[in-house]
Amino acid sequence: MRAQFVLSEIGVGLRRNLTMTFAVIVSVALSLALFGGALLMRDQASEMKSFWYDKVNISIYFCNKNDAETGVPQCGKGAVTADQKKQVETDLKKMDVVESVFYEDADQAFKHYKEQFGDTAMANVITPDQMQESFRVKLKDPQKYKVVATAFAGRDGVQSVEDQRSILDQLFELMDGMNIAALFLMGLMLVIALMLIVNTVRVSAFSRRRETGIMRLVGASSFYIQAPFIMEAAVAGLIGGAFACVLLVVGRYFLIDHGLALADKMELVQFIGWDAVLTKLPLVLAISLLMPALAAFFALRKYLKV
Amino acid sequence: MIRFDNVSKSYPKQNRPALRDVSLEVEKGEFVFLVGSSGSGKSTFLRLLLREERASQGQVHVLGKDLARLSNWKVPQMRRQLGCVFQDFRLLPNKTVAENVAFAQEVIGKPRGEIRKAVPQVLDLVGLGGKEDRMPGELSGGEQQRVAIARAFVNRPMLLIADEPTGNLDPQTSVGIMKLLDRINRTGTTVVMATHDQQIVDQMRKRVIELEKGRLVRDQSRGVYGYQH
Repeated sequence: MRAQFVLSEIGVGLRRNLTMTFAVIVSVALSLALFGGALLMRDQASEMKSFWYDKVNISIYFCNKNDAETGVPQCGKGAVTADQKKQVETDLKKMDVVESVFYEDADQAFKHYKEQFGDTAMANVITPDQMQESFRVKLKDPQKYKVVATAFAGRDGVQSVEDQRSILDQLFELMDGMNIAALFLMGLMLVIALMLIVNTVRVSAFSRRRETGIMRLVGASSFYIQAPFIMEAAVAGLIGGAFACVLLVVGRYFLIDHGLALADKMELVQFIGWDAVLTKLPLVLAISLLMPALAAFFALRKYLKV
Repeated sequence: MIRFDNVSKSYPKQNRPALRDVSLEVEKGEFVFLVGSSGSGKSTFLRLLLREERASQGQVHVLGKDLARLSNWKVPQMRRQLGCVFQDFRLLPNKTVAENVAFAQEVIGKPRGEIRKAVPQVLDLVGLGGKEDRMPGELSGGEQQRVAIARAFVNRPMLLIADEPTGNLDPQTSVGIMKLLDRINRTGTTVVMATHDQQIVDQMRKRVIELEKGRLVRDQSRGVYGYQH
């Protein structure tokens, strides 16, 4: 088979169907950009999960003087004593599920609070003795939160046991939801893209039935007859895939680094790096090449007699 | 070259079969006219030869191969040994004469050097030397049919199938085409030609096979178009 002959046939075919080709390119680009976006969102979620889950799992807050005075029910017996704290610590260290424990006193808590909220009105009226002392507990298996919570909640001097993951989980649920929505939209766009490809192939098979009829009669192999159609779809798909890649790269650039610049606005969030984006691109390109080619192949079985 | 053994062909949704129990044999190098009124089964006969259709019953052998047993992917290989000419020429309007002929070689992957040599040669043979760069639209009907014959013959097929090749041409031009087909036949190529042209059949005095309502009703060497009792 002569490459030049085949290439010129592809060029002719794509130009003949310019509007259809354009529609295929746009729909492939959008569906694959959504696909890549969904993959990146998943990466982002797991990145944040590991970042936050690593930091802390459970906080055991102790009663301070303030709690006792304002009548927080768990703190009826007054502020926590050194003995009570010691007892909690030794009990924690005895538990199998606990990996590490560190202590945060009121001054540290105050400092962290200041760092986080800075010069807001609320932060300015807070004093160090209003902050609670706490144990930050890291678990080997974060799912075992209940074991620790039941062991320490309600103890003398313990104000509350908080699973900090539960706050994060709401965020992750939101991200999961967005992920599913993106995938659903992607599925829809993909169906549209496939239908467009099938239709394009049908139209171009019809408009070239004279050529293909002659090819058939002089004994061209079915692969030879079908190849230009399949390559046409693959080329259009690949162009769409390239656009999808550009969308992903530009998307990360504007969302995270510049434009919206989320990285500056949300310093606490660990964002995915360029490597996460770049590793998705080959996959997107491969799909953009193979999916239209396969769709064209199956469309040809129906619309092109060989 | 061609052998039909009790071949029948019926199409779905048609109660009368297009071919009924046809048996015949065509030897290498023969020239055969296929005659019969419209709907007599001529086209079906030719379609079976090209394996565009498969026989419902019986066996069709072409070039020593049982077409019923030929797997689909081997059909192109078989068709490379056949040439086809049609009433409506079937040329590619956006390609020149030479490109049209070369197309038949390009699609089966002949090397370019060979194509460059073979195309002018076959165009000379059909009497179109010097018109390589003309477009089909600029040629007369007879010349277009010559291009089609050149394309069918450029790969030197064993068997040339012609479906009313003179159907669109005036009598004088038709004679020229028939002379050309006769010349191709003399190179050893078997020719099977379906036709309605009484004059041509009567003049050529070749073997005549007549179909009527799907049945073989006459097989006569050196025959004429109509019945002779």
